[in-house]
Amino acid sequence: MSAEETTPTVEDISLDGLKKKKKSKTTSEPTTDSTDATGEDDLFGGLKKKKKKKSKDSAKEKTGTEELEDGIEDLGLGPKKKKSTKKKKADSSFDKELEKAGLSSTTAEAESSNTESTIATEVGLSYEDLLERFFTVLKTNNPELAGERSGVRLKIPPPIVAREPKKTIFSNVKDISQKLQRDPEHVIQYLFAELGTSGSIDGKEQLIIKGKFMQKQLEYVLKKYILEYVTCQTCRSINTKLVRENANRLYFMVCNSCGSTRSVSSIKTGFQAAVGRRKRTG
Amino acid sequence: MTSIENLKSFDPFADTGDDDSQPTNYLHIRIQQRNGRKTLTTVQGLPSEYDSKRILKVLKKDFGCNGNVVKDEELGDVIQLQGDQRAKVLEFLTTQLGLKKKTIKVHGF
Repeated sequence: MSAEETTPTVEDISLDGLKKKKKSKTTSEPTTDSTDATGEDDLFGGLKKKKKKKSKDSAKEKTGTEELEDGIEDLGLGPKKKKSTKKKKADSSFDKELEKAGLSSTTAEAESSNTESTIATEVGLSYEDLLERFFTVLKTNNPELAGERSGVRLKIPPPIVAREPKKTIFSNVKDISQKLQRDPEHVIQYLFAELGTSGSIDGKEQLIIKGKFMQKQLEYVLKKYILEYVTCQTCRSINTKLVRENANRLYFMVCNSCGSTRSVSSIKTGFQAAVGRRKRTG
Repeated sequence: MTSIENLKSFDPFADTGDDDSQPTNYLHIRIQQRNGRKTLTTVQGLPSEYDSKRILKVLKKDFGCNGNVVKDEELGDVIQLQGDQRAKVLEFLTTQLGLKKKTIKVHGF
């Protein structure tokens, strides 16, 4: 998972949540009896939740004998197994689903609710209890701080590419740069520098790039642009702003969600080899 | 940062101009499209302790392509190779010359 986070691509950014669930599912599934899981799946409609549900369920079946403890865990009182944020997310959905379904896991629910009340009465408010409450409150008020990863964090329309014999027309640059909150000029400058070509913008706000490029290639370059100039390296959000400091003529990227600032290197074209017809110098 | 007017006159942390990226000394591997499906690979910023001509000789033999060294006033020696040799150049630089991957930037699509 950490590897995923260090090298986030556009797909990763948008599909993060899903991937995690898949992994947890596959790891924990073999220990469960599959009939149970599938049977319960039929009861729950939601597509995404299904996966969450499965993993959660399987976790439950694994420890089948200790239903009590599991019930506690399902309510977010036992933070031993998973990371807190992930668990909480799964839990809330799980609880909802429990209420919806009501069938197969009523016993567990009843027991767990019992245990919860008993714990609350016996110990007062336990640490886990408070933690849970804190996170639910935080999540409802500002989900970003609670480390909530919404399924789709950023959706970037794929570059629409039309090709002429020697040119490539990239028609939705403006859309994309708007989504990224960047100046189209900046994006274009980067594209040109990376692709080692030049081009122009036509009357319909389309970018015309010299040379043949596939959509995939442009996508890859855009991904690199996003990584370098859009995502905040501290909190990985794309809600950032590019500010040019007048004093030193450097570009700084200010994150709107976490407030961090980092300097980004200016776009450099670098060496351009003479391509095509050579000028006669001698 | 801009709110403090007094500090604007001299900022010790400001970069001194164009030598900003030079200390880090990135090695850039770029690709350029030529006519048709032909491409050109350029290697810019090779550390001066290496002899670019000798490297070129080896690269040409290894990759089976032609190439030459272009002397640029600002950027120093630039190796040009025919075709898309980016991955191969990267591998060569990291394994044979022992350059760190961090210092190499591969550009292009």
